Amino acid sequence: MEQTVVVDVNGLSRSFGGKTALESVSFRAAAGQIYGLVGANGAGKTTLLKHLLGLLRATTGSVRVFGLDPVRDPVGVLGRVGYLSEERDLPEWMSVDELMNYSRAFHPTWDVSYARELLETFALDPAKRIKELSKGMRAQAGLIVAVAHRPQLLILDEPSSGLDAIVRRDILDAIVRAVVDDGRTVIFSSHLLDEVERMSDHVTLIHQGRVTLSGMLDDVRHSYQRSHVRFAEHFEQPPVLETALVIEGGGRTWSVVHSGSLEQFRHAVVARGGEIVESRNATLEEIFMARAGRTRQAEAA
Amino acid sequence: MDITISVTDGVPIYRQIINQVKYLVASGLLQPGEELPPIRTLALQLKVTPNTIVKAYGDLEILGVVHKRRGSGTFVSEGRPQLAIRERRRVIEQRIDALLAEAHQLNFTVDDILRMVRERKVVMNPNDHAERAEVER
Repeated sequence: MEQTVVVDVNGLSRSFGGKTALESVSFRAAAGQIYGLVGANGAGKTTLLKHLLGLLRATTGSVRVFGLDPVRDPVGVLGRVGYLSEERDLPEWMSVDELMNYSRAFHPTWDVSYARELLETFALDPAKRIKELSKGMRAQAGLIVAVAHRPQLLILDEPSSGLDAIVRRDILDAIVRAVVDDGRTVIFSSHLLDEVERMSDHVTLIHQGRVTLSGMLDDVRHSYQRSHVRFAEHFEQPPVLETALVIEGGGRTWSVVHSGSLEQFRHAVVARGGEIVESRNATLEEIFMARAGRTRQAEAA
Repeated sequence: MDITISVTDGVPIYRQIINQVKYLVASGLLQPGEELPPIRTLALQLKVTPNTIVKAYGDLEILGVVHKRRGSGTFVSEGRPQLAIRERRRVIEQRIDALLAEAHQLNFTVDDILRMVRERKVVMNPNDHAERAEVER
């Protein structure tokens, strides 16, 4: 299937004061798809997103958004991008109404009726100043600014962070609407893995500045299983099993997250005198813990 | 359409939707000719990526459970889907397995359970004479 490439990042590296933030990161996004970016705090998600917006310049590697370099052509890129930053940095002194007019001035494609509809849905008082808004209201105001010009690419950095369930629903609604109504592309980062699992067509895991996992969510999910295993023998220590990433349990019964084929894993289990009792696809959370949690523990130890 | 999604049991979301639509059709809660919710509506309701609904509806069409009408929507097909019987059995068998396990724990035999199932049926449908006769015998 031929798909329009919206974002193309190749071999991007970046460091801050000698500390590596991103290391040869490659990432592509196609039109009409939703991309979920996951990783621990400080893994490099925000740094990657800021490169897409031209807020940071690539030290090495290339960044192209709509085929353009966002640092050299900010107007060409930012006019077609909607962005909700993690800090929701909005001009504090403005009223909600002023913020709408201000944002509208930058975007010829601003949809006045859509902005008004969202204001009403969120029950935001246009006369209120930004600095008087609650955390949830700020996110809603920021969301309107990000989507009301109907951008071709919507970038949301931790959009649900610290928000109650109602505002989170508003944000997820906006993502669905951007894709369904306008066929737009959405890239969002989140530490809420159930949200990523629901909302993403593709998932990319960044761990310590590197992409450790990337692909269609269903493909990623199919390459990892969680199996319950029972052995004839009693193990004091977790048994060594090929393709196993995480082993929990004790004695004769262990629960294992593993990659590769189930046949390969079964072989490893049988070789140690065990059998697979039950097997299913791993959840994103289990894969995330296997891919990002383990090494962190290993390094801390 | 009453569908619930869980992201904790490792079943892909599009598959959960397929299974539940098949169940709704097999159990008659969705009737032939009835329209499924538009992709937009269901994606907003379930808070899932619209492409997942597209995939689920596409697979349901391949399975013959639903069909698309050009420029219109997605509709439940006439006639029970081929997998309906196997699927229905599977749903009931899961319940039976759980019942048997519990019965075993509580020291009931299979014959006890069969008798009790008939008794309960009579309590629930007191007008059903045939079943009553069966129990009394």
